[in-house]
Amino acid sequence: MSDSSITRRDFMVKTAQGAALAATGGLLWAYLLRQEAKAQPYALRPPGALAEKDFNAACIKCGQCVNACPPDILKLAPAGGDLPIGTPYFTPRSGACIMCPDIPCLKACPTGALAPELTDINQARMGLAVIDIENCLSWKGLRCEICYRDCPIRGKAIWLETDPRGLSKHAMFRPIVNSDACTGCGICERSCPTEVAAIRILPRELVQGKMGEHYRIGWKDTGKITEDFKPAASAPEAPKAPDGKAPGVDYLNQGGL
Amino acid sequence: MGLTRRDFLKNSIAASAAVTVGMPVAKQAEAAVKATEAGWQWDKGVCRFCGTGCGIMIATKDGKIVATKGDPNAPVNRGLNCVKGYFNGKIMYGKDRLTQPLLRMTNGKFDKKGQFVPVTWDKAMDVMVEKFLEAYKAKGPHGVGMFGSGQQTVPEGYVSVKLWKAGFRSNNIDPNARHCMASAVAGFMQTFGIDEPAGNYDDIEYTDTAVLWGANMAEMHPILWSRITNRRLTHKDMVVVNLSTYGNMSSDIADIEIIFRPSGDLAIQNYIAREIVKRNAVNWDYVNKHAVFATGPTDIGYGFRPAKADQFASAREMEVVKNEQVHVTDKYEAIAQRRKAGEAVKQANTLGAKPAADWAISFDDFKAALEPYDADFVTSVAKGNAEESDADFKAKLLKLADLYCDPKRKVVSYWTMGFNQHQRGTWANEQAYMNHLLLGKQAMPGNGAFSLTGQPSACGTAREVGVFSHRLPADMLVNVAKHREHAEEIWKLPAKTLNPTIGSHFTKLMRDLEDGSVKWAIVQVNNPWQNTANLNHWIHAARDMDNFIVCCDAYPTVSAKVSDLVLPAAMIFEKWGFYGNAERRTQAWRQQVPPPGEAKGDLWILLEMAKRIKIKDVWGEQNVPGLKEAGFTDGKLPSVLDEAQKMGYSPEASLYEVLFATPANKKDFRWPDKAVAKGHANHISETLKDGWFPEKAMFEEYRKFGLGHGHDLAPFDVYYRDDVHGLRWPVVQKEGKWTETPWRFNDQYDPYAKKGAGIDFYGNNGKSLIMGSLDAVGDGSKKVDISGKAKIYFRPYVSPVEQPDKEFDLWLCTGRVLEHWHSGSMTRRVPELYRAFPDAVCWINTKDAEKRGLKRNDLVWVESRRGKVRVRIETGGRNRVPTGLVYVPWFDESVLINKVTLDSTCPISKQTDYKKCSVKVYKA
Repeated sequence: MSDSSITRRDFMVKTAQGAALAATGGLLWAYLLRQEAKAQPYALRPPGALAEKDFNAACIKCGQCVNACPPDILKLAPAGGDLPIGTPYFTPRSGACIMCPDIPCLKACPTGALAPELTDINQARMGLAVIDIENCLSWKGLRCEICYRDCPIRGKAIWLETDPRGLSKHAMFRPIVNSDACTGCGICERSCPTEVAAIRILPRELVQGKMGEHYRIGWKDTGKITEDFKPAASAPEAPKAPDGKAPGVDYLNQGGL
Repeated sequence: MGLTRRDFLKNSIAASAAVTVGMPVAKQAEAAVKATEAGWQWDKGVCRFCGTGCGIMIATKDGKIVATKGDPNAPVNRGLNCVKGYFNGKIMYGKDRLTQPLLRMTNGKFDKKGQFVPVTWDKAMDVMVEKFLEAYKAKGPHGVGMFGSGQQTVPEGYVSVKLWKAGFRSNNIDPNARHCMASAVAGFMQTFGIDEPAGNYDDIEYTDTAVLWGANMAEMHPILWSRITNRRLTHKDMVVVNLSTYGNMSSDIADIEIIFRPSGDLAIQNYIAREIVKRNAVNWDYVNKHAVFATGPTDIGYGFRPAKADQFASAREMEVVKNEQVHVTDKYEAIAQRRKAGEAVKQANTLGAKPAADWAISFDDFKAALEPYDADFVTSVAKGNAEESDADFKAKLLKLADLYCDPKRKVVSYWTMGFNQHQRGTWANEQAYMNHLLLGKQAMPGNGAFSLTGQPSACGTAREVGVFSHRLPADMLVNVAKHREHAEEIWKLPAKTLNPTIGSHFTKLMRDLEDGSVKWAIVQVNNPWQNTANLNHWIHAARDMDNFIVCCDAYPTVSAKVSDLVLPAAMIFEKWGFYGNAERRTQAWRQQVPPPGEAKGDLWILLEMAKRIKIKDVWGEQNVPGLKEAGFTDGKLPSVLDEAQKMGYSPEASLYEVLFATPANKKDFRWPDKAVAKGHANHISETLKDGWFPEKAMFEEYRKFGLGHGHDLAPFDVYYRDDVHGLRWPVVQKEGKWTETPWRFNDQYDPYAKKGAGIDFYGNNGKSLIMGSLDAVGDGSKKVDISGKAKIYFRPYVSPVEQPDKEFDLWLCTGRVLEHWHSGSMTRRVPELYRAFPDAVCWINTKDAEKRGLKRNDLVWVESRRGKVRVRIETGGRNRVPTGLVYVPWFDESVLINKVTLDSTCPISKQTDYKKCSVKVYKA
């Protein structure tokens, strides 16, 4: 990175900070922030960001992560926008996270708002890719699959389901997102060739549902996902239940009905 | 047809009403679509990009392309497209489209070192022709050259060939298809005596096995790949095998992935042949009736400059180039070629046509030659992934042999650049036929070796029309007197007008510019200064030497940048044209929209050039070295002006009048041609203003070359009918209907195959081979008639001429990505495609990256003995390279990877090997 661009970025960060301060005044800062956070949960944060509420509390709007970002995609939220002023965010369509293996943005964070526990960028969960299957070219049968090919962890976060097309002797290659592996880097959204991206990154809590805990899937999916998807060598040990109690025993022992 | 303004308003109202009453969005959208499509005119076309040849439909309004769609009636793609095809319309509307001729000038005068300045077409043409005649007078017909293309339309290719060969009497015209298909052509011509595949894409739906040999179809032939995948999903016996030097997307569907060391494919194919023989799986009925065994010389060099190479190559380059004279046999070659390791072999058969010499051998000799290629040896030379065990690799080889040998199993072998861009590309092609012929699995539905093409009209234009330095239309050759005479007759030329010496192939044209033997060159539909290996030399030749380069293009490419004159070219749907795809399907389209600004079709540029050159400028006696062999006075191509005068051509007549706008053409092929035009314009006819239809006249003349000997095309108008979605040649009339040929050489389908013969390889009719031994041709006393037969060649393993060593310790393989077409001049101007894959990356194995202290996204230098480029590394993504190999696509002009690659060619086909050279990678 050349010196001049750092200078320019420093300037931008300072301007954003200055604007934030000028607009709010130091004392009102925390109050306003809480209000804004409540109003707007939609934000894609740098890798390792704490849950939105905790993140907003921990982030001191110093802009260090923005300065450290090699592709310069992180921005500080301006005043009057939808996001808490001065907090870092990114917009995948114009600038996706390139998933630097050494996570420089996180290393630059002085407060732990970007949690240092994240050491493997593949474990980042910045958001989740969601496909609009009605407007996705590949779901229509075209050979696009750009999201799949561009995915930095191709085959794990996005894989292809192939089916006969029926209409002709061609196969369909339908991209499917695997929420267990998607980091939310947004490269797929950046790369999607439709006029408005047919694959988008959203905060996980806005996208993911949850099955009732009273029901368990009765079968195991043994089919391989892709050629290069390798399951862990040995199954991880089941986590020990807290204070040695059998799982479920608390529920059973609970009074009431 | 078309909605009136009132309808439009009504629809708009309906649409806006829908919003207010809360109708479902789909209904609103439908109404809006109807409103938008008012006044659109749909017509058929062909995709601009790869050799698959998908049919598309184009909608135009007010002189603009407003939409495209896959043609649902096109048998190739049934309405589908890949993501490049999705943007067929958008490639024409890049912001920096060239619209004016640009000439390097200082103070209003041409200056090699000047800046590009817009000039009029007249000025551009005057300077171009002045410089052309200067070079022509000084150096003769082979002092000028043309870089043609597998993306020229059929009429464009034909006009280029006629202007060059009949007009300028020069064979210095060669297409970028030389970089792409030449080895396939040589393989076909040597094996079958006639070019292009026996089978077609329908083989996919008949076969049980698809074996990919250096063809990443998943990315490079996306729509064909969806057919193969569909077959894999719907036919329980279908097996897909992917052989490659690195893991790619085709492996995702493949049942078996075999990663081989560069050039290991030569050994693997011989292993399969050995297994076929060992297991008694030879189909003797087929072989005895339809094939002969053959071989040829092995000391054929590596396609470098045959002499005085050290005057141009650096000392570092000479470390590799010196092999052109003498090659020291390595330990693998010692076994493969029955030689001694360390033996210095003089490469005696490097010049002229000698590398392609061949002779017949006995089956016993053939069998003996295969003997060294057992599983142990082949594993030692061909295993490409160090992390795979020998046992695993051997098991895969065995499985592959099982698939080929199973008599009940139908097999199609596919290849593209992996075989063709190969220092022994012709041999690799011939080996594929070797195995299919031995098994009797050739030229029948679901069975065959099928050479896929890269470019949309590498077959239709470059090969069929013969835009090569050694060819004439319909597989004829410039160095065969009978062929020249036939062409002179159709072209109405004085006898001995055509030049009998083979011209310079693509890479040699570059070398000629560098050594001063060619002084003037024109480029059409092609980007030679991005696509030719070892670029630093050619950039120097264009910019620092006194050469005049004309580049016709729609966009400012690297080649335009190094040129002296840039001419703005019309793009595909701005002109009439034909493309011919890999399954012999010829498809046509009309001009849909006018070209922007002053841009003109390449055909117009050539015709305007022809107007400015008189036959007295070119048909007098010409200095051409090396004519003795052809029976001419050495060094002198005779004057044909007297003979021309007798035929009624005045010396003052222009080539345009004599070759193109002849009185007959002007009378028989009038423009406007309402029946076929259906309201479409033709900017070329309309700008030439002499009332003829050059595309139609030239197509009908070109047709004459192919009629009656297996290259037949239907008449021009037939291809434009709405119910015709291209036709696979030979196209002959049966009961009044123009009927295509799905499988050639098979008497059930091919009208040229002798009835009752079953299979008839008629391309070799009337030819014979001298009987010889494995190592030498015989004395000629025994000859074998090969009429109706194909040749089963034995070809040995040969090591790559440059291999990784201590300093340059990695293999470099180059290629494409799905998102970008060739040098990216069109696709990189589509913002969506640019965004999808903005810059080239260097795929490297994580272990190789770590060893060099590199991590993903780091900027590195990729450096060879020839040059270096800066690029970011990628350790993940679509390609999985083994340790020891890096892969860099060549579409990105800011990463000119061809500065790094090696300009070694197959000595027979003269096609460059872009798939293997050695490099080092270090942090930038």
